[in-house]
Amino acid sequence: MSFLQIDHVSKYFPNPSGVGQVCIFKDVTIKIENGEFVTTIGHSGCGKSTLLNIIAGLETPSEGGVILNGREASGPGLDRMVVFQNFALMPWMTVFENVALAVRSAYPEWSREQVTAHVHKYIMLVGLKGAEDKRPVALSGGMKQRVGLARAFSIEPKVLLLDEPFAQIDALTRGVIQEELIQMWNTSRNTVFMVTHDVDEAILLSDRILLMTNGPDSRIAEMVHVTIPRPRSRETIIEHSHYYKIRNHIIHFLVRHAKHGIEVDGTSSSHQADGGPVIVDFERDAAAVH
Amino acid sequence: MESLNETLTETTRATGAGGFLAPSMRRFLARFSLFGWPRFRKTGIVQGTGSERGGTMAGQVKGNPWFISGFLLVIFLLGWHLFTLRPTFDPSGMTEEQLLLMEFNGDIVRGADGAYTWNPEKEKVKGVPGPLAVVEKARTELAEAFQIKGTNDHGIAYLVFYTVSRFAAGFLAASIIAIMLGVVLGLNRVLFRAINPYIQILKPISPLAWMPLLLYTVKDPKWTAVLVVFMAALWPTLATTAFGVSSLRKEYLHVAAIVQLSWFKRLFKVILPAAAPTIVNGLRISFGSALVAVVPAEMLLGELGVGYLSWIEWNNLDIAGVIFAILVVGVVGVVLDSGFNKLAGLVTYQE
Repeated sequence: MSFLQIDHVSKYFPNPSGVGQVCIFKDVTIKIENGEFVTTIGHSGCGKSTLLNIIAGLETPSEGGVILNGREASGPGLDRMVVFQNFALMPWMTVFENVALAVRSAYPEWSREQVTAHVHKYIMLVGLKGAEDKRPVALSGGMKQRVGLARAFSIEPKVLLLDEPFAQIDALTRGVIQEELIQMWNTSRNTVFMVTHDVDEAILLSDRILLMTNGPDSRIAEMVHVTIPRPRSRETIIEHSHYYKIRNHIIHFLVRHAKHGIEVDGTSSSHQADGGPVIVDFERDAAAVH
Repeated sequence: MESLNETLTETTRATGAGGFLAPSMRRFLARFSLFGWPRFRKTGIVQGTGSERGGTMAGQVKGNPWFISGFLLVIFLLGWHLFTLRPTFDPSGMTEEQLLLMEFNGDIVRGADGAYTWNPEKEKVKGVPGPLAVVEKARTELAEAFQIKGTNDHGIAYLVFYTVSRFAAGFLAASIIAIMLGVVLGLNRVLFRAINPYIQILKPISPLAWMPLLLYTVKDPKWTAVLVVFMAALWPTLATTAFGVSSLRKEYLHVAAIVQLSWFKRLFKVILPAAAPTIVNGLRISFGSALVAVVPAEMLLGELGVGYLSWIEWNNLDIAGVIFAILVVGVVGVVLDSGFNKLAGLVTYQE
């Protein structure tokens, strides 16, 4: 059994017209190993954020469940921390207080000094030393999300859930924070489930990328292995021969196939035995050719 | 006020006072500047940024607002004085009989030198008294501010104290109950929708309309006055607190849920601080309506206070006293309101 397993999860919402239900997604199964970084890409409205919220326990699945480390994870908990798209920092608290709120809850037995030291460590890790006493209103978008990351990493969750974490950050800052995230993740090695619209971001960060078809009634159509060795950096990753293959494949899917969910034909893909998503693995393809 | 606020914000950034000022502090300063603004300008603290911003802001006129305020006050007082001026009594062309009749009626009095003047007692109720008469009345009242001459004749300082404590008791009790109830309703959507019709019906009822019923049930005018203030202050805070809590941004609650805060911490660390700006808006409306209610409550119930002063001076046919009482009500309102705003600035935040 995998470390984190989203097991035959379906989600229905009541139809806005009041009659019947709308199926957001149906029978989604994802298996994620410990320490793996998995990203889901899909168009707006495909239900990927709903899926993330279900893993976080903030929404309940209509069918199926989430199994974490052999146990069903229902309801929110400190083992699955979310980094929110709009940061979700408490504007009435300082940077320090925002992080400390989480740390105190995660380690209730710690003394005040321990909490303070721990919070400072993570604030320093995200490069916000000196900004501890500022309130979110005084921070830029990038700095706010650094606080969000510090808060998430500080409680050392088993699973880190990133909900379009850099969508509201300007493009230049985004790249910097992505690399910071890689560095933090390299030392912590949490299991990560991320949702994004950004193909380059997904390739840079992920081990596997799940492609979702458009909603309603969406499903995970393909699973792309990012066959680029780590450590990766923004500058060097584009030089890898698989980078543009993967990138083009994903964009091709999003532009052409996401709407219909038509599977890519032929050589570069193969079905999973259980009828799950099509697996795309350029390394394996290359090996097969030789 | 908005532009002052902005300019001040700019100032604190420009002068590099830490580069950042807590929003509460900033609001506090902005409020303070209601009285301090012209002096800031003169001492040149904001001159640089003030003039830079001046160009971009529409309709900003250079000049000292206090000068205009003072000018308007002088015009008003002068006009008031001129319109209420009455000519001195002129006995020429009147027969001795007419004069005697007028003296008998009390219209005029004969002085020690045998000359007739208007009877000052009767003058008090002829037309509106001028500003000088009001100043004279204010001077005597303020001189006796701390005297108690009789059961219902307490100095103005006592009257202000009674009104403020009556107001404070009613307002605080209403605020605490309204906030507690509002949080409960805000968190429970079904309950909110069930109770909301009653709030909507009770809200527009004038607090004074409750008075006979309250007087009949509590049988004590002292508590009735407090309860009238209570009724005036309850509804706006209740409605806005329920609204503010129910429309909290979901992420705050999500974070609270993920980090597993206890309900107590969730309430005091997340829900109340997050809803604080909305709650304060409700309190502000309640504050105004309670302040409006306390004056007629005192008048109708005959409870000592500044509202009572206004009414008792009318009963005494002392119009200058009525005007003085009106001014005292205004001053008490301003002082209470600025105090409230300072407190409000401490709990609100900027997104």
